[in-house]
Amino acid sequence: MLQIDILLSALANGLMTGAVYALIALGLTLVYGVLHVINFAHGATLTAAMFAVWAAHDGLGIDPYVAILFLTPLFFALGYALQRFVIGPASHGSDSNILLVTLGLSIVIENALLAAFRSDTRSIDVPYGFSVIELGNLFLPLPKVIAFFASFLVAALLWGLMAHTDIGKAIRAVSREKTGAALSGIPVEHVYAVTFGLGAACLAVAACLLMPTFLVNPRVGNAFVLVAFTIVVLGGMGSVPGALIGGLIIGVVESLSGLYFGESLGQIGIFLIFILVLLVRPAGLFGARA
Amino acid sequence: MTELTRRTLLQTGAAVGALVSMPAILRAQAAPVRIGILQPVTGALAQDGEYGRLGAQIALDEINAAGGIKALGGAKLEVVFGDARSNPEGGTQEVERMEAEKVSAIVGGFASPIVLAASQAASRYNIPYICDVGVSDQIVNRGLTNTFRFGPGFGIVTSTALENLVKLNEAAGKPAKTVVVVHEDGLFGSGMAKLLQAQLPGRGFEILETIAHPTPSRDMSNVALRIRALNPDLVIPSSYYAEFVLLARTMQQQRIRPKGIYAILNGAASNFRFVKEFPDAANLVMDCNHWADPRKAKTAEVRRLAEAGGRFWLYNTPLNYSCVKLLADAIERAGSSDRAKITEALANSTFADHIMPYGPTKFVNGQNQGAAPVNTQVQNGDIKVIFPDAFSDAKPVFPAV
Repeated sequence: MLQIDILLSALANGLMTGAVYALIALGLTLVYGVLHVINFAHGATLTAAMFAVWAAHDGLGIDPYVAILFLTPLFFALGYALQRFVIGPASHGSDSNILLVTLGLSIVIENALLAAFRSDTRSIDVPYGFSVIELGNLFLPLPKVIAFFASFLVAALLWGLMAHTDIGKAIRAVSREKTGAALSGIPVEHVYAVTFGLGAACLAVAACLLMPTFLVNPRVGNAFVLVAFTIVVLGGMGSVPGALIGGLIIGVVESLSGLYFGESLGQIGIFLIFILVLLVRPAGLFGARA
Repeated sequence: MTELTRRTLLQTGAAVGALVSMPAILRAQAAPVRIGILQPVTGALAQDGEYGRLGAQIALDEINAAGGIKALGGAKLEVVFGDARSNPEGGTQEVERMEAEKVSAIVGGFASPIVLAASQAASRYNIPYICDVGVSDQIVNRGLTNTFRFGPGFGIVTSTALENLVKLNEAAGKPAKTVVVVHEDGLFGSGMAKLLQAQLPGRGFEILETIAHPTPSRDMSNVALRIRALNPDLVIPSSYYAEFVLLARTMQQQRIRPKGIYAILNGAASNFRFVKEFPDAANLVMDCNHWADPRKAKTAEVRRLAEAGGRFWLYNTPLNYSCVKLLADAIERAGSSDRAKITEALANSTFADHIMPYGPTKFVNGQNQGAAPVNTQVQNGDIKVIFPDAFSDAKPVFPAV
């Protein structure tokens, strides 16, 4: 029989991991919700961001949490430019073309990273990397606790941005009715690019939160991208709170099913919950009803 | 149009003269022998593949610089490189391409599933295949006459590891009784776990649990939690690099300190990158694995060449270096680039000019009988050999706490 503190540890760990999953899914759900684009380059962009965190730490001695300050705007700009100058023009507005362009882009990014950083798995050693917060018998790794709260903060900021700012309103307008928004003077291409930029910025934050406890190699983004897609569908495509709650659910389910059914079968739990939710609510937890 | 001057006429004449005499020079140079080097350099196993390719390249450069294959009039070895993309299908496709490019032999593969598929594909064309790492014993138990494994399989590695573990434990007054086995759930890890389950109880150890995990893994917290709950004396992990790094870090975070971490064929425990990046998590971790023979002068030279390119010293490099040298020796003795003759030369090989801790090669059913692993332990930021005694450069520290 499993001890209660093991169960609680697994639960806490699932929540903390799930919060980072949520952050990765946030960018994806935003891009899907507005551009109706399934962005296959999401994982590769995350990998690029993780390498940026690693390089900043290894080359310049910059702490990953400090790196949030400049990597977030940098990746926003990168995402903006990618949509504006690569994905937008290359796809000629067709959804199926965008799919292929983002898929191609992911291959290009991955291989560029492979060429630049070689295939080695790298990690960073920060002074607080092994610090833990002790709650009775629970050891909560400090970087994971920070990641948990930071993910909520980012989700709240993003939600505030969408609800209360002009650009947020424009994004929502474009996602609802692209032609109508264009007719009322909203610069659709700009809004698309901003959305893509926000997605990339979320990934930059996620990368900074992940690196103190995780590792990076040119393929590492793939480990997260499938789970992020699952969260997007589970939470309701395009929904910010959906991504957050979906991420937490998936994190906990993965952790507990890993604990009870064995690590190799942990993934099955994710898809069982996924199928169950979709049977009951086909549009996802927070999805708009069709 | 340029005007024809005396100077251009003279230059043209000289050039034509040089061209006319070229075939004579070409004839003097023997036709190169093509060697397929197969490694996974993209995908999940890319790190290992790159280090393997590095070792093969050092050997090829050395052989060519020393005048190539003398029995073939100084024929150079020409590499046909194949990327197995970290999966068996990739390996098989590259073997097909190598067949089209008329290679005389293939070296490499790294992971067991890739080697199994690639050597099978190579057998269709009778291409001699030298497996560099691939530890699954299935590789040499299928009766393929083209397949040779220079290094030890996991059967040999596991029995050596267990013999040394018993020695280690007895010398320390038998502090370790209980074990948790952690393994990756592929061909290599699962096969190894089965061997351990069969052999550990007979040697006086109780297996509390065997935990399988997938590659890649995003998180090893659950594995660490279960280890913490079971509180074993020993943890025996068999995983690829990234997963073991995650596990070691998480165990440190969760303050799990068993009496020993005794890895078998672990992807990170004998890796200087891991030791350098996580000196605390890596300290005192033991591993039973492939390792170059530190007594051989050539080992230091190959290590220097490998590290000159900013790389770490990993077992893949000396193993592939040695495999290519073994093949070159076979081609030399066969005096031919013919596949059947090379296969025959390999089967009768007694090659000793390698840098592994083995004697001269002797293949029985494709398995080198002299192949043996060594035990290493991370001590104060360095990787030391603790067994066999014949060339150990440190005493084991056990129990670790």
